[in-house]
Amino acid sequence: MTAVLAVLASRIGVEEKRLLDELDRRGVACRQVDTRRLALDIGAPGPQWRIALNREIGFHRAVQAARGLEALGVTVVNSAAAIETCGDKWRTTLALRRAGLPVPRTALALGPEHAVAAIESIGYPVVIKPLIGSWGRLVTPVPDRQTAESIMEYLAALAAPHNRMVYIQRMIRKPARDIRVLVVGGEVAGAVHRYGEGVRTNIALGGRARPLRLGPDLAKLAIAAADAVEADIAGVDVIEDEAGEPSVLEVNHRVEFAGLQSALGDRVDVAARIVDHLVAGARR
Amino acid sequence: MAECPSCTEDVGVGGDVRVNEIVECGECLSELEVVSAAPLMLALAPEVEEDWGE
Repeated sequence: MTAVLAVLASRIGVEEKRLLDELDRRGVACRQVDTRRLALDIGAPGPQWRIALNREIGFHRAVQAARGLEALGVTVVNSAAAIETCGDKWRTTLALRRAGLPVPRTALALGPEHAVAAIESIGYPVVIKPLIGSWGRLVTPVPDRQTAESIMEYLAALAAPHNRMVYIQRMIRKPARDIRVLVVGGEVAGAVHRYGEGVRTNIALGGRARPLRLGPDLAKLAIAAADAVEADIAGVDVIEDEAGEPSVLEVNHRVEFAGLQSALGDRVDVAARIVDHLVAGARR
Repeated sequence: MAECPSCTEDVGVGGDVRVNEIVECGECLSELEVVSAAPLMLALAPEVEEDWGE
């Protein structure tokens, strides 16, 4: 059977396994592709598969795989453009702002030497985040000038140029929870409240998810956020301040949905929703 | 069953295991990658990299 669909992944975790199992269950001709072994020759004929679900865990590998496959005529979900935007917090913020969506006040200091001035222009407390990275890694609250100066001294000593750029975001005073909305093909597939300690509520860091019945305004916001970053499949993270006003924090292109699935139980089958979207031709 | 490359204890996996799947050694808790499903062969899983994530 000629494969019409590929799943790109160098690491088969619980979500990838559920997706592959769902494709098998439906008898979809599918090929599991280890992205580490992929070499894309744009002078050669492209692969036989028409659609590729991009579940590559590494940002750079995911982007380059998508770029190359798109050049060879494959529809990649999510696309290179979506991954490039979602994988870079500054680009995400700019795309959301361009679409007129609410985001916390954010600045990018291109060198740590002047970051303290940018922080003080926003006002303490702020949160500093790495431009690239996920799971809440290195997300650091900055409550005061002394902390800010110490962090900048540390960042200035880092070797990689992108690590010396400082993404600064106003810390939104909020309840100890945020909202994760899963958007698939321009529709909300499910939503949860995520509860955790401090500024990080990531399930990967031990955050807990509870089902959330999303109102129409938040649903519209999440769909617009996914659209702003051109993502077919998106995990949109929203926080509400103490007055209930929402802001979009980030949009994830390779959604880890095990926590959401566990919280929502039989209300939604996330793997089935994603496969439905793929077999329908992956049109946003 | 296959031998854990870290502690040499036997590691069992389900019958539906897939290549590149990540499993954990019950003895030493190492994260292991299935590099072959039949015969079952395991390797130490790659370390988390800076650009990994959602």
